[in-house]
Order: sequence, then C-alpha cells, then structure tokens
Amino acid sequence: MKKVIVIGNGMVGYKFCEKLIAKAPAGSILLTVFGEEIRPAYDRVHLSEYFSGKTAEELSLAPRSWYHEKGIRLFTGELVTEIRPDKKTIITHRGQSFAYDALVIATGSRPFVPPIDGVNKSGVFVYRTIEDLEAITAYGQKIAGGKRPKAAVMGGGLLGLEAAKALVDMELETHVIEFAPRLMPRQLDEAGADLLRETIEKMGIQVHTSKQTTLIGGNGRIQELQFADGSSLDLEMLVISAGIRPRDELAKNSGLTTGPRGGILIDGTCRTSHRDIFAIGEVALYQEQIYGLVAPGYDMAEVTAEQILGGDKNMVDQIDMSTKLKLMGVEVASFGEHFAPSPARSIVFEDKYAGIYKRINISEDGSKLLGGILVGDAGDYNMLLQIAQNGMTLPPNPEDLILGSRGGDSQAFGSVLDLPDSAQICACESVTKGDICSAIVDQNCESVKSITKCTKATSGCGGCKPMVADLLDATLKSMGKTVKQTICEHFPYSRQELFDLILVKEIKDYDTALDEIGHGHGCETCKPALASVFASVYNETATVQEAIQDTNDRFLANIQRNGSYSVVPRIPGGEITPDKLIVIGQVAKKYDLYSKITGGQRIDLFGAKLHELPEIWAELIAAGFESGHAYGKALRTVKSCVGSTWCRFGMDESVSFAIDLENRYKGIRAPHKIKGGVSGCIRECAEARCKDFGVIATENGWNLYVCGNGGAKPVHAQLLAESINREDCIRYIDRFLIYYIKTAAPLTRTAAWLEKLEGGIDYLRQIVVEDRLGIAGELEEQMNGLIDTYSCEWKEVVDNPELKRRFAHFVNSDNEDDNMAFVGMRDQKMPRPW
Amino acid sequence: MEAILEQYKQVTEAQVKVWFKAAAVEAFPKNAGACIKYRDKQIAVFNFARKNKWYACQNLCPHKMEMVLARGLTGAEGDIPKVACPLHKRTFSLETGENLNADLPPIATYPVKIQDGFVYVGFAE
Ligand code: SRM
Ligand SMILES: Cc1cc2nc3c(=O)[nH]c(=O)nc-3n(C[C@H](O)[C@H](O)[C@H](O)COP(=O)(O)OP(=O)(O)OC[C@H]3O[C@@H](n4cnc5c(N)ncnc54)[C@H](O)[C@@H]3O)c2cc1C
Ligand code: SF4
Ligand code: FES
Repeated sequence: MKKVIVIGNGMVGYKFCEKLIAKAPAGSILLTVFGEEIRPAYDRVHLSEYFSGKTAEELSLAPRSWYHEKGIRLFTGELVTEIRPDKKTIITHRGQSFAYDALVIATGSRPFVPPIDGVNKSGVFVYRTIEDLEAITAYGQKIAGGKRPKAAVMGGGLLGLEAAKALVDMELETHVIEFAPRLMPRQLDEAGADLLRETIEKMGIQVHTSKQTTLIGGNGRIQELQFADGSSLDLEMLVISAGIRPRDELAKNSGLTTGPRGGILIDGTCRTSHRDIFAIGEVALYQEQIYGLVAPGYDMAEVTAEQILGGDKNMVDQIDMSTKLKLMGVEVASFGEHFAPSPARSIVFEDKYAGIYKRINISEDGSKLLGGILVGDAGDYNMLLQIAQNGMTLPPNPEDLILGSRGGDSQAFGSVLDLPDSAQICACESVTKGDICSAIVDQNCESVKSITKCTKATSGCGGCKPMVADLLDATLKSMGKTVKQTICEHFPYSRQELFDLILVKEIKDYDTALDEIGHGHGCETCKPALASVFASVYNETATVQEAIQDTNDRFLANIQRNGSYSVVPRIPGGEITPDKLIVIGQVAKKYDLYSKITGGQRIDLFGAKLHELPEIWAELIAAGFESGHAYGKALRTVKSCVGSTWCRFGMDESVSFAIDLENRYKGIRAPHKIKGGVSGCIRECAEARCKDFGVIATENGWNLYVCGNGGAKPVHAQLLAESINREDCIRYIDRFLIYYIKTAAPLTRTAAWLEKLEGGIDYLRQIVVEDRLGIAGELEEQMNGLIDTYSCEWKEVVDNPELKRRFAHFVNSDNEDDNMAFVGMRDQKMPRPW
Repeated sequence: MEAILEQYKQVTEAQVKVWFKAAAVEAFPKNAGACIKYRDKQIAVFNFARKNKWYACQNLCPHKMEMVLARGLTGAEGDIPKVACPLHKRTFSLETGENLNADLPPIATYPVKIQDGFVYVGFAE
C-alpha cells in the first residue's frame, strides 16, 4: 500500500482526499490526514452564513464518519511541526512520527495582520475560522449596550466587505477602512468601485478610502484608530482583513523552495522542489502567484491525485480568477481580463439610480469578449464568462450583451446549447458542458439534483446552478422529451396535471391518488401539494385529511421557534370594534400570549401550547371571530385604507370593499398564499399594488391590478382592467384567482406564475377580461362553488371532541412538553433563543 | 443543551429489556405521528398504515433541539421510511435514524410491536 499523508484538512485538503479515494483502486492507498483545527474540513467560502444561522455541522464538508467509511485516518487538532524529506517522515506536535511515500501540503493561508502598534489589544479580530466568528459574536454581544457601538473592518476587499456585513447584522455602527483609493481594488475599476461604495453607504456603512492606519489605541482593549493623515476614529471593535499570507513555515524549515514573498513553489504537476512532496491550495505558489480562491485549489487537488496515481495530468496555463459574489445583497462580478487591456475597446453601462454598473472589454476588431466587471446586477455573469472563455463570436452589436437586445425577441446570447462541449460550467468541480449533457443523455438524469449526483456540478459554490438548469431544460427539449415539472418521485405529474386528474377521476383522498396515479408511499413534498389540490377542488378543510397537511395546516396554526404556536383571528379589512379588541386582549392575557400588530393589519398572539389551541379558539369563536388562515396557503388579508368614509381624498369606500373581498375569498386554498388590498385613491395607503390582487378607486371607477407581492422579491402588480364597476371587478378577480389556482406550480405566488405564463399580462387579460378561451363562465362557477362551501375550520374543531383530541402533546399522558421554554422580553415573553 | 440528546440512544430489537405499553392503536393517527411519554423521554410514534408498519424515534430534532418530530410529515425516499421535521424539513430515516438531507447526527430509533390492539415501544432500560 502506498502511504499518502496530507497536512491540512481545509477545503482543498479535503477535496484532495475525496478525489484520491474516488480514483484509487480499493486497498491501494493508505491515506492519513492531519488538521490543526478541531473539526473536520468545513466550507470556508460560506463561512459568513454562520452568522445567519448555519451551524458548524451544516458547514461541514463531510462528517467524521465519511473519513471512517473511506478508510482515511483523520487526526484533527493535531499540528504537523516538522517534515524530514530525507527520511520521508513527518512529526506532529504530539511527537508522533509518520512515514510517507507521497506528501501533500495543504496548509492554506493565514490572515495577514499588518505590523501596527496595538494589534494585540482585545477587541481586535481576524476572519478565517469558525472560532474567529464565535469570538467576534461573543465580543459583539458583550459590547452591545444601550447605544449602538462602533466597529470597523480594516480592508475593503472581498473578505473585508463580507466581514462588514456581519458587523452590520450584529447591529453595530460599521466602518470600512481601505488603504487603496477604492474598494475591492483587485476586482473593480474606479467607476465600479464608486458605485459599490455608494450602494453600501446607503446601507449605513461608512467607507474611508486612502487611509493608512498607524496605531490601534486603547487601554488593554481597543478604543481608537489613528491614521497617517492625522485623523482618528473612536471604536470598540476591529476586524482585520488585510489580505492573506501562505502558511509555508513548515516547508521553509525543511528546505523546500519558497517564493520571495512566501508560498511553496510548485510546477505544473503540483510538485515542490522535492519530487515526493506536493503543495496545493492557498499555500502553493504557481506561476508566481497565490490564488485565494477555491476553484484553482480544487484543480491542484485533481492534478495531484492523478500524479500520485501515476497519471500525467498537468495544471492549465491560464488560471481563471473570475469571481461572482453577493456582498450585502449587491452582486459583484469580474471575469477574464477585467481591467481594460490594450489594445481593446470597452463598453460601459451605468445606471446610478438603480445602482448598476457593467463594463465589458472587447478585442479591437470587435469579435471577442475579453472580460468585464458587473456591479449591482450580475445575472448574465455565467453566460458572459462562457462567451469570454470559449472565444465565442459576438453579436453584431456587442453592447447588446450588457443592454439586452432591444427590439425584437431575439436573445443577445443565443442558447446555452451553442456553447462548445469543452466549456467549463462548474469551475469548483471542473465539470464541462459535455459532462453535463452526457449525464442527461446517457445516464438519464432528469433533474438538477440527479445531475449533481452524477457529476458533482453545483455542489461547490452553487453559482452555476441556473446554468445547469438551463442546460437540462434545453437538452431535454432537444431530445424531444417534454420538460416535466414533476412534483416529486411519487407523482410523475405537474400540479396542473394533478389538479385535472383529480377533478376528472373524482379522486377524493390522498391514498387513492397514490394508488391510481402515483406510486410508493409519498413524502413531505407531494402530501401538502395534493392537500392544496383537494382543498381547491372540493374546498375541503385541512381537518379532513390531517395526515397529509404540512404542520401549520395540520394544527391550524403556525409553528414557532420552540414548537409553540401562534393564533391569528380574521379581522377583515383591518376593521375591528372596541368590544372585539377587548376580547382579544382578555384571551391574550388569560393564556399569557405575546401580542403583536402584524404587517397584515391584524393581531397575532404567539406562544400558545398545542393543547391550548382549541380552548383559545373556543373563546375567540364565541366572541364572533373566525380563523384567519395565517397557517394556510390561502387568502391571508385584504388590507384597506380608510377611504372616502373618513379621508378627504377618498374616491370610494375602500374599507367596505376590502371587507367584502376578504369575506368572499376567505378559506380558499391556493398554490401559495394570496393577499389583497384596496386603496381609496392613487395615494395608495393600502399598498394594493404590492398584492396578488389590488384595487384602487379613481374618479371613473375601480382600477384592478394583479400579480404583485412584497417579500423576498418585490414585484408591483400590473393593471388588468381600468375604470370598472364593483361587480365587474369581483367577476374578474374570481376568474383570475381560479385560473391561477388551477394552473400554478406548488408554492408559486401569482407574480412568479405570471412571469412564466407565456404571453404575460396581455394573455391573462385576454382570458380574464375578454374571455378568449370561453372559460370565464366555468371559472366563475368554480369560484362560486368554493364560496358556497366555506366553513371555518377552527369552528369545526371546537365543536368536535374527536378533532380536539389531536391537539394533545402526548397520547398517553396529560403532561405538557417540559422541554419548551420561554424567557421574558419587554413585559411579554419569547421562546428561549436557540 | 446537548445533554438532553444523550438521553436518546438507538435501541435494536435484541437490546429491548422493557416493552412499554404506550396506548391503544386507535389513539394514533393513520399515516402520521403522535408523541408518547416514557419516564422522562419523549418518543415519536408513527403508524405507516399503508404498509402496516410502525416506527418510533426520539421526538427531539437534533437540529435546534426542539421536541417536534412527532408532528412532522412522514413519507419515503426510495424504500427508506422517513420523517421530515416540521421546523426546517430536515429528514430522517425511521429505520436507521440517519439524517437524509443534511449532515446532522442520526436520531435514535426504537422498536415497536402491536399486541392485542395496543402499541408497545421497546427500551433498553
Ligand atoms: C406575523 C407577520 C409579521 C409581523 O409580525 O407583522 C408575518 C409572519 C410570517 N410570515 Fe410574512 N408575516 C406578515 C406579513 C407579511 C407581509 C406584509 C403584508 O402582508 O402586507 C409580507 C409581504 C407581502 C407579501 O406577502 O407579498 C410577508 C411576506 C412573507 C413571505 C414572502 C412571500 C414572498 O412571496 O416572497 C414569507 C415566506 C413564504 O410565504 O414563503 C412569509 C412567511 C411568514 C411566516 C409564515 C414564516 C413561517 O413560516 O413561520 C411567518 C409566520 C408568523 C406566524 O407564526 O404567525 N411572509 N409577510 C405578518 C402577518 C400578517 C398577517 O396578519 O397575516
Ligand atoms: C470568509 C471567507 C470567504 C471566502 N469566500 C470565497 C469565495 O466566495 N470564493 C472563493 O473561491 N474563495 C473564497 N474564500 C477563500 C477560500 O476559502 C480558500 O481559497 C480555501 O479555503 C483554501 O483552501 P485551503 O485548503 O488551501 O486552505 P484552508 O481552507 O485554509 O485549509 C488549510 C487548513 O490547514 C490547517 N493547517 C495549517 N497548517 C497546518 C499544519 N502544520 N498541520 C496541520 N494542519 C495545518 C489549517 O488550520 C486549515 O484548517 C473565502 C475565504 C474566507 C475566509
Ligand atoms: S420577515 Fe416574516 S418570515 Fe422573516 S422573520 Fe420576519 S416574520 Fe418571520
Ligand atoms: S429543528 Fe428540526 S429541522 Fe430545524
């Protein structure tokens, strides 16, 4: 057995293990890995997600058991202190000595800390490991007092800005200090950097460029920074992100050749100055450069694995340093020769208002794309990168590449299928278009997930996912296969097909559906999807087939962080009498519920235990309340403004109309939640144009807008009909909602549905207003059927002892969940934090 | 916090010392889960009525340490029976306890038997 030792269990060291084990014949290699960190390799690229709740386990690249299964000996928390090339052994800080036939150094890099007075003060951090982030969080919590403490990041490069985002999220007043005259000096030109600066300054981050820090002041802990220009900044915390330095100390001490500014020198086979010793990742110096990105490191891992097994794979000559990132919600990308090379022409597009800057560099003869910079909108990054990397021919007006082709429907880019087979789609895993297409054609992959399984594409940074999905779509289409959006492995149909099948075959329950049109035993995807179809077809409440409902629907309440639930009674149009307000207050007090006015003009009561839900609802129902369906993919609220009833500008009675609409559509189940709004005039205080349907009163009648939403991707609703009366308005909303309910994919809001609807809003208008398909009558009838069969599901439960029993925490005991815990907050309570 | 996880250890049929009589079969919903209490443990019990099989596991989700798994949707991935946590949809095999869609540690599963219309769960202590 060949003995291979890896020093360093970071991203690249791990990737090497994965590749070597996959390639080596079973039993031919004894692989031993030493990592200084206490845990096995984790995803450093997504390290910042630790702040948004990802756990160390979730960041892990493979659990310990993986190494075990593959027969890899993994020593974590063990530092290698010496290499003896003459004896072919290494020695660890525990004094253990191990022999190797081939040695791979993957020790990565360390953050560079400039030699400034005071860097050792407490409150000064670097940003590289999970432990760094833990320390930053802990310190941040310690200094968070009544006022907003100040913190700064030294370094306005890519990592510095990521660290700044973390500080902002910790609600610290955040400053970024950059030595160079602009942000991200390595990736961006001046105009791009200026625009990025403006955008992030709008988010409240203060940027200081051309600042050289000379002293970190403070008594024991950091209190101020002093700069070469004589100015200073008071602050309580500093994160240094001033670049990286390769961890080549081991190599230097054992006589391997290193570069004048650090890094272990390697050749195209990733060998160091000793034949049996390889270096890969951020510690390796290749073509006089250190590459601070994973993709080149993964290439080195691949080459080294091949070389050790006797292959002859070499590094490519041109290392690609293209990057696309999302920094504080701003997309930033640079690719190819992004600074204008000469001779070349540049085309620049800038929209300061929208915060977008795009620049592409084109060969002098206008035939090739050399590289570019994108700030604010990097949606076309993948395609542009491919065009540049593969030397593809440009359209006659190259500016179309960043402006989009104007006039006509032709696409500036052409199709993904035009890419050469050698085009590298997934840089992290070196997967080409050819690999992906052959997975689709030869290995019958029909989903992105199965392509990932076959080829590993998308499993690195995930940036190539949209392109893989496009390739899948286009390839399947070209094979004459209809591209099917099947909902899961148990039903080979789209939601629309299921809807029609269930209606036509009169299937009444989930088990029958599985037997007649599906297979297997179902899962957490198809169960709620079918529950929604049954609800839309038969207006069946969630109590009938409880076992297929998602948890919120099953218990008719939204589950909260600690497993408790919220209670949201319907308050149509946001209008409520003082008496009813009092009842809500009394109930909340009696059951000790956290109370809050929601963004939907009603009141949410949080912290109810499962078994309390029926009692709470019994009291609310007795006072005339109904379920608010806050838990369902159903109508939520129809927001209103006071309208002509009180408001001096009001054109019509918006509250009355909102209440009528909310009562009309309450309880109706849909592919996703539906929200409405009614405003009394174009000042739009009810935000009707942010809703799935919105109505606005004008001098000439009502204007009806559809397919808007707030949320993650805000979209304004579009005008469907103008100056219409109340009856027509209701009729059009009826038709629109049923058409959406019947044809949308699961969990698709109306805006996303419209985006996919061929013909867009014009086509929708033809169906809903002009009745071009002749189905308007049918749609209205279906809506009337749903409205006639409405019943409040909480009333059903409260009146039915058998249904009530479902709300016990234990089936064999009256005890409560003793693990559920609350803590106090501003005179109310909240779940114990995770 | 992690201490509570320590209470739940995988039990195989061969290791069973106590068959705990939990409740009558009718007390459990079909094709879904419910929770039972055994000493200071919370155990989720699932009735896969379609296959006529029963499974049991810890009620505690190892993701955020909440007692919620009994309220999750059940199903199958290929032939593996599974439960999806209602909070963030992490899924676990009900046979081996393995986390199927992320890198969480496995959950403990327990043997179940049905006798004379009652559900029994097997414990090693
Ligand atoms: C309580 C409330 C926040 C508040 O304290 O004000 C809230 C709370 C939740 N929202 Fe919301 N949203 C609330 C108003 C809104 C609004 C404002 C509005 O309706 O005018 C929006 C933006 C408008 C919109 O939807 O277009 C909003 C956009 C979302 C989204 C993003 C939807 C999207 O299409 O992008 C989600 C996620 C989802 O549904 O997938 C969401 C999901 C949620 C969930 C259900 C998350 C969850 O699954 O636990 C929260 C449940 C709370 C609970 O247990 O009751 N909530 N949410 C508001 C309840 C309104 C109500 O009375 O029913
Ligand atoms: C916050 C952050 C965001 C990033 N974002 C991106 C991005 O978006 N895109 C991108 O391409 N790259 C990104 N990077 C860079 C990327 O993480 C690195 O390129 C990659 O981790 C390098 O892998 P490596 O294995 O060479 O080094 P590392 O991942 O640093 O691993 C080296 C390991 O070796 C250990 N070690 C060192 N010396 C010894 C020794 N003597 N004995 C035992 N063990 C030792 C170290 O403790 C470490 O665990 C980011 C980095 C950070 C910190
Ligand atoms: S925005 Fe909505 S979903 Fe997000 S935390 Fe607030 S309430 Fe929850
Ligand atoms: S708590 Fe179970 S998946 Fe998050």
